[in-house]
Amino acid sequence: MTSRSLRKFLNHHSALAGLVVVVFFVLVAALAPLIMPDDPLKTNFLAVRKAPSMAHWLGTDELGRDILSRMMLGARASLLAGGISVVIAMAIGVPLGMVAGYFGKTADQVISRLTDALLSCPFLILAIALGAFLGPSLGNAMIAIALSAAPIFIRLTRGEVMAVVQEDYVEGARAIGLPHRWIIVRYILPNILSPLLVQATLTVATAIIAEASLSFLGLGQQPPSPSWGAMLNVAKNFMEQAPWMSVSPGVAIFLVVLGLNLLGDGLRDALDPRGD
Amino acid sequence: MLSFVLRRLAVAIPTLVLVSMLVFGLQKLLPGDPVLAMAGEDRDPQVIEQLRERYGFNDPVPVQYVHWAERVLQGDLGTSLRTHQTVTTLLAEKLPPTIELAVLSMLIALAIGIPTGILSAVRKGTWTDHLANVVALSGLSIPHFWLGILLILLFSVTLHWLPAVGYVPFGGDPAANLVAMIMPSVVVGGGLAAALMRHTRSAMLGVLKSDYVRTARAKGLLSPAVILRHAFRNALFPIVTMSTLLFGELLGGAVLTEQVFTIPGFGKLIVDAVFNRDYAVVQGVVLCVAAAFLLLNLIADVVYMLINPRLRRPR
Repeated sequence: MTSRSLRKFLNHHSALAGLVVVVFFVLVAALAPLIMPDDPLKTNFLAVRKAPSMAHWLGTDELGRDILSRMMLGARASLLAGGISVVIAMAIGVPLGMVAGYFGKTADQVISRLTDALLSCPFLILAIALGAFLGPSLGNAMIAIALSAAPIFIRLTRGEVMAVVQEDYVEGARAIGLPHRWIIVRYILPNILSPLLVQATLTVATAIIAEASLSFLGLGQQPPSPSWGAMLNVAKNFMEQAPWMSVSPGVAIFLVVLGLNLLGDGLRDALDPRGD
Repeated sequence: MLSFVLRRLAVAIPTLVLVSMLVFGLQKLLPGDPVLAMAGEDRDPQVIEQLRERYGFNDPVPVQYVHWAERVLQGDLGTSLRTHQTVTTLLAEKLPPTIELAVLSMLIALAIGIPTGILSAVRKGTWTDHLANVVALSGLSIPHFWLGILLILLFSVTLHWLPAVGYVPFGGDPAANLVAMIMPSVVVGGGLAAALMRHTRSAMLGVLKSDYVRTARAKGLLSPAVILRHAFRNALFPIVTMSTLLFGELLGGAVLTEQVFTIPGFGKLIVDAVFNRDYAVVQGVVLCVAAAFLLLNLIADVVYMLINPRLRRPR
């Protein structure tokens, strides 16, 4: 990030607000074991479905567990799932996109057709289908989300590489006979990092919603471990008796995703060399 | 025109073949041996061998794929393990509620997304624009199923205005059907409206900067006329292209929304299939969705060409 981009970013109020929200939740997730007021897995049948009070700020769930503590531990599952699945998606998508964009020809044909095929199925349906065949667990949900998100990165990287390859300095590097790997790592990668960073931020937001959706359907985090989606899955059965159970996990998902979207939009504006 | 459609088909068909290979490959991800599951209690090696032979599991995988693809081309997507109906029958049965949900949501999305997108672009930088942006971004950030839960909490549990569940077919009781569809359509349509608003806004902003809009303004044409006759018509192209992407969003949203409101549609079908380990149904749904998506893309390309005279000339 150049100092100009950084200045633009620091002047972007909504992006900073997004950053603050994201950092807050990351801290909560990281420090969860230290700050949890109660054991999130400890059931208490004397305090089943209690409304929010001084003892339990966000109330208790159907087994008398403290919802605030479960939210904090759930933040780990949700944020880790979002982050890790995007890292895997990029580890698959970026190299494939580079090969397609840099070498072209047959490699490009094969990779692009595969990308088209994967993109022809809606993201969430693909993730659900993959999750179904892989079996229900948080790890498998991450793999399913990563595989569904990988084509986004293949397509983006390919397009960006094809634009950069045309530049004179890449041509020059080729002319003096530098090895392909060297050209890709030293000349191309640094020039496509900005759009990848923006896309990664926005995809983490999508992945968090996807993890919540899969867990809501029962394909992600398995009980008794909490994740925000899994908590909502249980909460929907107690909408009349304990409506507070449905509120806090949704608010958390909404805030994190909104924060990431604001951050992504802000990064896009700050890193765009054209817009001023 | 015809050659254009043929050229696009030449790309779409190999893609569909590849999709079918991936869908077929899904079942190879399954842990365990399907034959052992089919044989159930009866672990007699002879019975297992017979089953293997009958279902062609002894053939090499590419041969198995060709046999499967042949059956799919004849409209045979297999049979549900659960209900013993053919997957094709199930799909035909579950499609109407989802189509209804899709149409209603799309109407809501168009009615909200396009006008606010135009307004926000025209008043760029004002509080109207900021407000519209915040609402749209919130709409994109809110999980569909949670919005559904919130609406049920408000309108069903607290106010008792609308039914939380209880889908009735449109043919049975149109009024009751529409009442039951209000909340689900708002949930799915709201998310779509947010996406549509953002795309309309950015497309309009691009067009409003162009010389011909400035000229039209300079000629003293009234603003609304310039906006609709000159700018919006040109902003339509990217919006049409977007519509195919929205289809994916729509189906993804429908899966969870149908789950929340227990609507017996396409989304409920795939989720139930996932839990009953009814893999033929999951494969059938994915294949159909992908085929529909490719077809929609093709239609969007053709529409794009029809509304954009610059593309109609032979290249």
